[in-house]
Amino acid sequence: MQFGLTETQQTLKNTVRKFLAAECPMAEVRRLMETESVFDAALWRKMADQGWTGMIIPEQYAGFGMGMLEMAAALEEMGRALLPGPFFNTVLMAGALIENAGNESQKQKYLGAIARGEATATVAFLEESAVASPEALRMQARAAGGGYVLDGAKLFVPHAAIADFIVVIAKLDGQVALLVVPSKAAGMRISPMSSMDMTRKQYEVVFSGVQASDLLAAGDAALKALDRARAIATVGLVAEMTGGMQRLLEITVEYAKTRKQFGRPIGQFQAVQHQCADMLVWTESSRSAAYYAAYAIEEGIPEARLAVSVAKAYASDAYREVGNRAIQVHGGMGFTWENDAHLYYRRAKVSELLFGDATFHREQIAKLVIDAQPVSKPSEAAATGKAK
Amino acid sequence: MDLNLTPTELKFRDELRAWLQANVPGDWEKHRTEDEMLARFEYLRAWQKKVYQAGWAGIAWPKEYGGRGASLMQQVIFIEEMTRASAPPLANVLGLSLIGPTIIAFGTDAQKKRFLPNILSADEIWCQGFSEPNAGSDLANLRTDARLDDDHYVVNGQKVWNSYGWAADWCALLTRSDPNSTKHQGLSYLLVDMKSPGVEVRPLRQMTGESEFCELFFHDVKVPAENVLGKVGDGWNVALGTLAHERATLGAGAQIAIRRQFDRLVELSRTIQRNGHTAAQDPVLRQKMAQSYAEIEIMRLNQMRAISRINEKGVPGPEGSIQKIFWTELNQRFQQTAAEVLGPFAQLTKGDPHAIDEGQFAYSFLRTRGNTIEAGTSEIQRNIIGHFVLGLPKSY
Ligand SMILES: Cc1cc2nc3c(=O)[nH]c(=O)nc-3n(C[C@H](O)[C@H](O)[C@H](O)COP(=O)(O)OP(=O)(O)OC[C@H]3O[C@@H](n4cnc5c(N)ncnc54)[C@H](O)[C@@H]3O)c2cc1C
Repeated sequence: MQFGLTETQQTLKNTVRKFLAAECPMAEVRRLMETESVFDAALWRKMADQGWTGMIIPEQYAGFGMGMLEMAAALEEMGRALLPGPFFNTVLMAGALIENAGNESQKQKYLGAIARGEATATVAFLEESAVASPEALRMQARAAGGGYVLDGAKLFVPHAAIADFIVVIAKLDGQVALLVVPSKAAGMRISPMSSMDMTRKQYEVVFSGVQASDLLAAGDAALKALDRARAIATVGLVAEMTGGMQRLLEITVEYAKTRKQFGRPIGQFQAVQHQCADMLVWTESSRSAAYYAAYAIEEGIPEARLAVSVAKAYASDAYREVGNRAIQVHGGMGFTWENDAHLYYRRAKVSELLFGDATFHREQIAKLVIDAQPVSKPSEAAATGKAK
Repeated sequence: MDLNLTPTELKFRDELRAWLQANVPGDWEKHRTEDEMLARFEYLRAWQKKVYQAGWAGIAWPKEYGGRGASLMQQVIFIEEMTRASAPPLANVLGLSLIGPTIIAFGTDAQKKRFLPNILSADEIWCQGFSEPNAGSDLANLRTDARLDDDHYVVNGQKVWNSYGWAADWCALLTRSDPNSTKHQGLSYLLVDMKSPGVEVRPLRQMTGESEFCELFFHDVKVPAENVLGKVGDGWNVALGTLAHERATLGAGAQIAIRRQFDRLVELSRTIQRNGHTAAQDPVLRQKMAQSYAEIEIMRLNQMRAISRINEKGVPGPEGSIQKIFWTELNQRFQQTAAEVLGPFAQLTKGDPHAIDEGQFAYSFLRTRGNTIEAGTSEIQRNIIGHFVLGLPKSY
């Protein structure tokens, strides 16, 4: 049994860390977050050259076809560096969705562009109701002149202003449908929302008779694709959150070693030590949960969805709590704009809300564990995972 | 990442599973719930003997000492399969998991020959005499006095909280052999025959109502000098070996036990009425049960990750402290959730005809208070993490 990253995966992780330390240090994060788009084309090009934009895109579409663990390892580092901009929504949200929903030529067209770093993309799902379920969709698509036309309004669309295309989730003849809209299409109004996390922009997008360029999938196929893409993106998100926790832990411990009060480092006080110890426990536990969920998806384990919900339920609370402790241990310094803790804290809050918060995922767990009869036998799967 | 069992592990598991299927007694549940403590213990002793004769006792021990040199993973499989088969636990818990391994690491050939086989066979039950009234978390403050007199030591002092003290034939006793020493110096680890004149065992009733642990009093107890384990004066290092084993093994069985209780609770929640519907339908209780599920699952994952890391690095590290905090605290939260699901039944203890499952949840609710104290309190574990993992300055 080997639980954790292989040597190659660890090497990849180290490479990502080195790259981000050099190309996107905190000073750069702060510079970017004050810009209108939070997008740096030069940085994007460099990340594409590293192969990151094609990370989970299959090789036949110009990607690298890496596995879920590789993805998790890389995302952990991106979260640790608080990488700003549209990487997550382009690769993990739009990329995963198109791969699972598109036909061959659509994949060639869209995934190829993403993988080669030529395009950024995003997904428009939530609306006024802010309910992430197909039943809540009001957005309408209708067939017109051999194509499809969209009407309605979307909220919380990540980096819509700079996306080259948007995957829109809408109702088509009463069914859920996934459509692609080029962002330059006529009839679209994109206005920024003011989110707590300044490193990632979100937008309101209003569609008035907008012509879609492609229908990726509708009905069951669309639902299946949504489900799978969402699981992949959620795992990536939890890995990213773990990286953020790791960084908060590091800066907090560092501060506790150097800041002196009462003639000694504050890290000598147990009240401080124990907060740090808890931060470590939460961080490591989130990491275990993230890696396992990645593995479960990769291996197609039947409980994969449960593993994803366990990870997201746990990490949603843990990241916020690690942030709370980080700020507290930094004292007044932790409350300042110049200290980095709040930047991670803001990310923690927004990550908590993305793809379902802890309450949402606990309800998913309840559905799978309490409502499903009978309860799975504990010892069969326990401790060893499945046996081949 | 690869969580599949290797062919060797599979073979090990299947062999064990087959043996358990053929040999696990069917009447354990009856004995567990109906027997008095001593009768129950004799039952468990007989069971361990059977396990031993089949070669399944002390599997983690090296082959030359009667074990199987089982890997950590195989140890986890062992615990898993025992639970799966509803097998009774092994009587000589401390001997098998703590004291035996310490004798293997520090003992002379004669000591190994004398003590190890009887630990495996449960012919001699062991307890651990470390804590004292004034030496708990600050164990190095202990004062039980061992004075060399010719070819033996004369022991005087008091120990406390000794699990299985009432059943023990032998005691792993940490003493101060140099009266002029303080703290970690001048300690010696003695192997003491509990039948020696001058040993007095007084059961202590604990908050569960049972007497799992005892006080031990030593009045001029003679211990042969050859019963010092490790070097004279080096008792602290010998004891540290024991404590490392304590944390490396604790928790593996707990995960499965807690998961079993969780599954049972879910089953019960489908019929128990709470707040106008079944507990399983109650939105708040669902949330709490789901949170417990997530934590129990993460406990399992942390454990696998810790095993992997230990396998790679070769030695148990701080994983034990992280794991201990995690499982003992989640278990306390889970017991509270269970109590909320069970409602008024949560209070009923063993013997009450209305008690659910012989009051197992009421018992666990109380018993889990001890988990964050025994084998190093949660506060001490956090100190360990703060200093040894995070590198923060020692607080004392
Ligand atoms: C069920 C059970 C079984 C046990 N079995 C055995 C056994 O078989 N053999 C044996 O030798 N012992 C045994 N023990 C004893 C156990 O190891 C001690 O109880 C434990 O180490 C704590 O010591 P104490 O009880 O003296 O508490 P204390 O050390 O007095 O602690 C009291 C409180 O102060 C806190 N505290 C103490 N020092 C510090 C510090 N430096 N920093 C922060 N907080 C601190 C503790 O965390 C705790 O909350 C058992 C205990 C229990 C509950």
